[in-house]
Amino acid sequence: MSPILPNAPAVNPPEPALAAMSTEPSPIREFLRKRGSGRVADNSFAAVMLICACSIFAIVFFIFGILVIHSRPSLAAFGWKFFTRSAWDPVSGDFGALPFIFGTLATSLLALCMAVPLALGVAVFLTELCPRPLRAPISFLTELLAAIPSVVYGLWAVFVLVPLMRDPIGPFLLKTLGWTGLFSGANFGVGLLTASIILSIMILPIISSLTRDIMTAVPNSQREAVLALGATRWEMIRIGVLRNSRIGIVGAIMLGLGRALGETMAVTMVIGNHPDIGKSLFAPANTLASVIAGEFSEATTDIYLSALIEIGLALFLVTIVVNAIARLMVWAVTRGAPTQVH
Amino acid sequence: MDFQTKSMRLNNTLRNATNYFISGLSILATVAVIIPLVAILFYLVYKGASSLNLAFFTKAPAPVGEPGGGMANSIVGSGIILGLASLMGIPIGIAAGVYLAEFGRGKPFATAVRFTADVLNGVPSIVMGISAYSLIVIRQKHFSAVAGGVALAIMMIPTITRTTEEMLATVPHAIREAALGLGVPKWRTAISVSLRTASPGIITGCMLAFARVAGETAPLLFTAFGNQFWSLKLNEPIAALPLQIYVYAISPYDEWHRLAWAGSLVLIVLIMVSVTLVRIFANRGVLKGGS
Repeated sequence: MSPILPNAPAVNPPEPALAAMSTEPSPIREFLRKRGSGRVADNSFAAVMLICACSIFAIVFFIFGILVIHSRPSLAAFGWKFFTRSAWDPVSGDFGALPFIFGTLATSLLALCMAVPLALGVAVFLTELCPRPLRAPISFLTELLAAIPSVVYGLWAVFVLVPLMRDPIGPFLLKTLGWTGLFSGANFGVGLLTASIILSIMILPIISSLTRDIMTAVPNSQREAVLALGATRWEMIRIGVLRNSRIGIVGAIMLGLGRALGETMAVTMVIGNHPDIGKSLFAPANTLASVIAGEFSEATTDIYLSALIEIGLALFLVTIVVNAIARLMVWAVTRGAPTQVH
Repeated sequence: MDFQTKSMRLNNTLRNATNYFISGLSILATVAVIIPLVAILFYLVYKGASSLNLAFFTKAPAPVGEPGGGMANSIVGSGIILGLASLMGIPIGIAAGVYLAEFGRGKPFATAVRFTADVLNGVPSIVMGISAYSLIVIRQKHFSAVAGGVALAIMMIPTITRTTEEMLATVPHAIREAALGLGVPKWRTAISVSLRTASPGIITGCMLAFARVAGETAPLLFTAFGNQFWSLKLNEPIAALPLQIYVYAISPYDEWHRLAWAGSLVLIVLIMVSVTLVRIFANRGVLKGGS
């Protein structure tokens, strides 16, 4: 069958040479033997790499274990009720995490409400409408903004956003939307709304760049098929692109949510740090992450410290779950893409 | 018939109108996002550049009320913490990436590692801070640079693992096969061929992870803790640039606010450079004209 086969007998060395080879190894074999067997080195190298890969699992288990161990006093004292009680009294040692859960959920959801429509708009613009020369600079800018440290956003918020909230934005909201009751009480510039705005600015680049990646992964044949049926561009985007990538987009939004839930510094700097559950968006509040940042170094008693560590444990578990679901959704879309392209 | 064409025409007008409306909205959204974000950058450069001077890089903070002073101790402190973090995080991260790309292709275990790394990437940095605190600070009974380094190293590992894997995946298989065909052992192929070919990308990936954790404040709050004075000891509280920015930002003194802006600008420049480099390498691929 093989084209080499007919020639093979001619290439074979004559008998005497074969005999000589069996007693005296060829120079190549000699060289390889001198270098020693690669098996030991190969296996040990693979083992070292494997151990390092396992260290990623180890880190997750280690974080979980150490947080459980150090939150034991609080777990024993309050049990599951810790998450449904709103008491937060370091002096008498009475703790409940409800105000912080409220603060975290309120700021994250508000931030998502503001960021998601804008992020989707940006992603649609970048993938479907943007003139080619503009595409790279705009997506580069969003990538850059995702990399700005939290503390710098916080600094900007303290000196630019808070004064803006105090003067033109706050009173304007009170005048136009005051009837909803969401904007009552004194407006100091810091509070739930300010924290949500800075959070939405921070998660916007993450959501939009992931959504862009997911939309780019939709094969062009889908777009062409819808266009060929006479669809307008928006119908093409809606039917051909958004519908195909919706799971991934939900995943991207959840990744943004995960980031918002755990965001610490910028929120701590502008949320006002007060454990209250109220209706007003001007009111100061506190989130799971910001209470840890704000009070951890003041925690003098064991029960206080372990309550804060238990909050950290809750944050860890929640973000792990949210991120895991989100990643699965994003993977489901982007990993399937290359096989469809052909 | 006439009615039907009329309704179709109306329908088409409506469809076109929706099309233009939505396109307009998405352009508007982009502009609405770009303007404030550019404003942040410009404000930062404007405020920061006017506050940067030589003293910023050479002097420790002046006492409250005195003008002058800089953040030299914070810059050096950040350097020490980041150096420790890199020493721990970079080798482990790269090795894990090598496992994923060279040994684990297609194995379910490798997929699990990849997934865990992605999930770990999303864990809030403050959680890393408490973990390092519980592990090291409680045991030692004092804050230390080492504890800060450990917290940051944990944050670097998943990022480096994933970028290393992605960069190794761009190395053409033919090159590995050529090396293996010459009788080079697999470990040597991984180090001298795959890693070396992908090294520009991997180095910039490490820089990106470095820059990301360079701006992290939350994990350092209760590990490195910060220090107003010069300290180079690994076993003591140490100053760090982002921590100092945080302290200065919430302080009531104008002089300190100035320093906070300057510090932020320094951080941002570091981050911008590494993000740009990563982008260049990611776009160019690891081999010019290869694959």
